Amino acid sequence: MKKSFKLENLDCAHCAAVMENGIRKIEGVHEASISFMTRRLVIDADEGRFPDILKEAAVICRRVEPDCFIKE
Amino acid sequence: MTITLTKKQRRSLYRIIAASVFFAIAVFLSAIGVFPESYSQYAEFVLYLAVYLVIGGDVLLRAGKNIIHGNVFDEHFLMSIATIGAFFLGEYPEAVAVMLFYQIGELFQSYAVEKSRRSIADLMDISPDHAYIEQDGAITSVDPSILQAGDHIVIKAGDRVPVDGVVIAGSSDLDTASLTGESLLRNVGVGDQVISGCINVSGVLHVRVAKPLSESTVTRILELVESAAGKKAKTEQFITRFSRYYTPAVVLAAVILSVIPPLIFAEPFTIWIERALIFLVVSCPCALVISIPLSFFGGIGGASRSGILIKGSSYLEALSKIDTIVFDKTGTLTNGSFSVTEIHPIGMPERELLEIAAHAEAYSSHPIAVSLRAAYQQPVHTGDLTDVYECAGHGVKAAYRGRRIAVGNTGFLQGLGICTDDVSEAGSVIHVAVDGKYAGWVRLADTVKPTAVQTVAELKKRGIHRIVMLTGDSPSAAASISGKLGIDEYYASLLPQDKVAAMEKILAEQRSGRTAAFVGDGINDAPVIMRADLGIAMGSLGSDAAIEAADVVLMDDDPMKILSAVHLSQRTMHIVFQNIVFALGVKFFVLILAALGIANMWEAVFADVGVAVIAILNAMRTLKIR
Repeated sequence: MKKSFKLENLDCAHCAAVMENGIRKIEGVHEASISFMTRRLVIDADEGRFPDILKEAAVICRRVEPDCFIKE
Repeated sequence: MTITLTKKQRRSLYRIIAASVFFAIAVFLSAIGVFPESYSQYAEFVLYLAVYLVIGGDVLLRAGKNIIHGNVFDEHFLMSIATIGAFFLGEYPEAVAVMLFYQIGELFQSYAVEKSRRSIADLMDISPDHAYIEQDGAITSVDPSILQAGDHIVIKAGDRVPVDGVVIAGSSDLDTASLTGESLLRNVGVGDQVISGCINVSGVLHVRVAKPLSESTVTRILELVESAAGKKAKTEQFITRFSRYYTPAVVLAAVILSVIPPLIFAEPFTIWIERALIFLVVSCPCALVISIPLSFFGGIGGASRSGILIKGSSYLEALSKIDTIVFDKTGTLTNGSFSVTEIHPIGMPERELLEIAAHAEAYSSHPIAVSLRAAYQQPVHTGDLTDVYECAGHGVKAAYRGRRIAVGNTGFLQGLGICTDDVSEAGSVIHVAVDGKYAGWVRLADTVKPTAVQTVAELKKRGIHRIVMLTGDSPSAAASISGKLGIDEYYASLLPQDKVAAMEKILAEQRSGRTAAFVGDGINDAPVIMRADLGIAMGSLGSDAAIEAADVVLMDDDPMKILSAVHLSQRTMHIVFQNIVFALGVKFFVLILAALGIANMWEAVFADVGVAVIAILNAMRTLKIR
């Protein structure tokens, strides 16, 4: 399943790359990509694990950029 | 130009102003030497430290947090180490200045990014903000997202068409500029499709909703542009990978620089540590990491504004490397509709021949019949027509104003015992007979689009050395069209599957690293579009199949758009390379100067934030079209 989210307060391009890498490594994620310019995060992952994946992704984002959060 | 800052940016600006004032005071106080000799060293330290904390406190905090999370080579960390190091070396003003300039650069960077984000958003501001729904005779304003297929909506003059639909009452002109980039008015009436994103210019339209907002053209286009990041260009991937190695490498070099040379040359450590700190300041890859995706995004955004949808930066890169273009003939280079090109009467005026031909075909909906009637330019009086007998696909016999007329192909007339002229088969030839006597022929042919000749010539000039035309038409029709267009290579009489085979053959002959693109109308050519290195669909306003299959979608059917697309992609790539060369060039130059002891902290700050800002400004040029 593919879903698109908005990353609020995404200010640093390098951070976006770090987040993207981190989210890709979460179990159950097939593909993840972040567009720094549109602040859009697209995750393609197993449907059943989606809520958990999203929680983990939020932690990763906050760790890289403290103000950043995922908005649906 | 108005400057609007976000809350965060404003906070940062106030802090920079406050810190700058304190910094000036600190510099002034130490310069005039107000502090007694005995403790001036300490007083200055405390003074500068206070300013330093005001301006750089958050950077230190972020650096600390990141270390706990295991992100060591982060710009905050590097800045913290560099400035703390400067403090230890007793260079208080430099330490504060580096932090101050870093913050100014960050603010500027954030502003530039925000501004380009906003201008891209403006470019794509094609989504409707309201719709008027008609229910039980009352018209109410609603959010377009609640509309469902089958709803009746009213579109007033000056409003944007909110969703895709079909006109049920009224007529008007629609301006398609926001979708196609071309300010062309399209006249619509009852039964016509309207496409979301267009602007209703004149009359009021009553429309039955065909698709909800989420499936309408406008949403599809926005999604396509927004998720264009999915397919990243090789250059973009290279930069991300490069930056992953660049920073640790420079940091390692800094460590080596601070330890090895002092041991070899037996010099004091402080000189070399200072040089190493300069390395740290330069080691952030920000300029590249920000400006490269920004350039690509600007290019894609600018293109979408002129009606060229590029599905990702990798396709933009491929566009710039085209050296072979394969065109489908019908609908791409030609109009795909017949028109009369030659009238050859025998024993009567041209006008009369055309009148007879048009009347004979009065009831037919065949494209040739439609074109004949269009060429006649006058109303066809079916009242004068009796005893119509149509032999489908061959011809028509009828009585017209007391004369027996027969109009059709060679076989049809010969079947009636009438000898026809032997005319070459380019296009379609319609023979006419009156009262059993041959009266001449009319030739109809697919016409070349007005801009097609210029497009081919310009493409050749741009170094696209191989231009090929594929068509299902006869070899003689293909020869005549390709001759008109100046295309040297063509393949005719192709069935749809033959087109894929022809494309594959061309792909096999392709030089590696260059792109072979296919341009088609996107409806019949989907398999070839998918097979090519780069599939371009044109004239596909509102066609889902084409948008799905193609890598690049041209919203209207003007072949010149291909030229703009190639030009735009080459310009974007040019800017991308400028930024790479400039940013890396300056950084390496400053690194060398620093290692030799020529550069100081100030140059390092420029090599970091200054370069980033210049690269961003350069990247923003991609947004400008033409």
